[in-house]
Amino acid sequence: MIEFLQQLVNGLSQGAIYALIALGYTMVFGVLRFINFAHGDIYMIGAFAGFYSAPKLLALAGGGPSFAGAALVLVAAMALCAAAGVLIERVCYRPLRAQPRLTVLIAAIGVSLLLENGGQFAFGADPQAFPEIIADSAIDLPASWGEFSLLTITVGQVIVLGSTAVLLLALRAVVLHTRTGMAMRALSLNPLAASLMGVNTDAVVSFTFAVGSAMAGAAGILTAIQQPSIDPLMGINAGLKAFVAAVLGGIGNIPGAALGGVLIGILEALVVGYISPTYRDPIVFAVLIVVLLVRPSGLLGKPEREKV
Amino acid sequence: MLVSAVCLPGIFAAISAEPILVGEVASLTGASASFGQSSHEGTELAVAEINAAGGVLGRPILLITEDDQSQAGQPATIVRKLISQDKVVAVLGEVASSKSLEAAPICQQNKIPMITPASTNPKVTEVGDHIFRICFIDPFQGTVCSKFAREMGWKKVAVLTDVKQDYSVGLTECFMRDFTANGGEIVKEQKFSSGDKDFKPQLTSIKAARPDAVFVPGYYAEVPLIAKQARLLGIKIPFLGGDGWVGDSLLKVAGSALDGSFFSAHFSSEDQSPKVRNFVETFRAKYGGMPDDMAALGYDSAMILAAAIRAACTTDPAALRDAIAATKDHDGVTGRISLDERRNASKPAVILTIRDGGFHFVKKVEP
Repeated sequence: MIEFLQQLVNGLSQGAIYALIALGYTMVFGVLRFINFAHGDIYMIGAFAGFYSAPKLLALAGGGPSFAGAALVLVAAMALCAAAGVLIERVCYRPLRAQPRLTVLIAAIGVSLLLENGGQFAFGADPQAFPEIIADSAIDLPASWGEFSLLTITVGQVIVLGSTAVLLLALRAVVLHTRTGMAMRALSLNPLAASLMGVNTDAVVSFTFAVGSAMAGAAGILTAIQQPSIDPLMGINAGLKAFVAAVLGGIGNIPGAALGGVLIGILEALVVGYISPTYRDPIVFAVLIVVLLVRPSGLLGKPEREKV
Repeated sequence: MLVSAVCLPGIFAAISAEPILVGEVASLTGASASFGQSSHEGTELAVAEINAAGGVLGRPILLITEDDQSQAGQPATIVRKLISQDKVVAVLGEVASSKSLEAAPICQQNKIPMITPASTNPKVTEVGDHIFRICFIDPFQGTVCSKFAREMGWKKVAVLTDVKQDYSVGLTECFMRDFTANGGEIVKEQKFSSGDKDFKPQLTSIKAARPDAVFVPGYYAEVPLIAKQARLLGIKIPFLGGDGWVGDSLLKVAGSALDGSFFSAHFSSEDQSPKVRNFVETFRAKYGGMPDDMAALGYDSAMILAAAIRAACTTDPAALRDAIAATKDHDGVTGRISLDERRNASKPAVILTIRDGGFHFVKKVEP
């Protein structure tokens, strides 16, 4: 029983990472109807932004691993990734927006390859040890919890889940309760009508890329806190899984991306823990196929639902 | 050596001081650069020492090193180039078994002897009679670890294998065979794939089985992450592994998570024999850092080749092949090396432990 619960905890913390990355896929799809395949690599950029900025930012926050230092690193990585996302959209996707969607899709694959290989060139292909920005340790659960006190929950896991929850709620508030959010929703419903109503399409698209990329950057840092070894190709697999999560939850749907991420994370943990890691990817993708056969628009994706 | 006295190197020196060309294929960049650079430094040091002492047969050795960038496909191309363009008399390398398996068929076809310093997979020397290795093979390492586990009094061991690596699968098989045959119990078998970063699911299931130790014959990229996550999950027992643990990033990523764990290796720089002390000193003088396993094996591979050229009195590949095959009781820095009829080395292994951010010698295990 404890083992099962532990696997759920493990899966949940990994799923939160997938959820954060999946948001970027789903938001860009909602607004522009295309898959930004370079999104997984933005997650890698986030981790490396943390890698290079952490020593200075930790010193700024009083040296040594600390919450304040970790928060600074997180914000710095998110800001850098937001800038990178906006830049990529401005330089590579915007000039192609009038072209068939396939053209942009291929451009996205090109950007992805550029970031992966450029990353190997700039950062080196060897895995790098991510600096300890916060002391990750197991939290002692009160003995009064009986059997449940045997569960291991780490500081890193709590931070990952907490940050993910905060970021998700913040995003939801932005989308539902701000003018920019309203513009995003308008754009996702009907781009032409939205622009005729005075919505600045370019600004909204830039904003969407900034927010989605910032989430991926946060995911990069949150992963590196728990798994302190980063490399330029780390975005490939995580990006692919997050994409599956976005499709599983219903691409274009924000709560769907979060749900999909968590489900994929938990499914992976259970398959690895109880069956074999060899079957992890086959089972994850088989589940995707089955869900799409039964519900082609994903778990939460409904044609009439608002999309972003 | 008696034979080399007969072939009068002085006369050779008088007629030709043309260098003897030796090829080396190593991963100087890319994912296994940590291994490749070390073995290259050891090889280079050996060649420098040989040449400083007058070379072999009165001729200096010229090492032609090519980088395979840790990429599949490269070793075959490189070895072809070394043999056909540079006309090397022998090839040293690669470290990784998968890359040696690419290079070996080319050497075998061209009847050029190849000595791999560190490929431990049995298949490498099975390619043909021109392929040699100076390290021990996976079955031996698995057995050494099992022997050590039994000496430590561990009765229940869990194994965590990298299913993407022949190396890891081979070590696990041999470990389990020897361990269970001697009354030990494997309480959990778990797997992962190279490149994985999250091991909590496997470790959770291992924790539930309550082993005395965990055998993880993985590589240095994953092992520290495994150890770190295990400590977080409250798994306090020691880890045990093979020579794949040796790499720069192991301790950097692991911090103190691997303290008190053990692994089998080829060499310890703490070995007090004069031969090793001398090697460590000259290595440090030349490169700054301490030599690791791969450096020591690279050094021994070049020394064994030089000894064979001396014994053969010629660089003719056929005679050279026979001379390498006849290597017996070579006093190397990684122990006393003899090559058996299958061209594998018979030699001792060392068990090292991790403490205070360094590797420390525990004991030597004879074959």
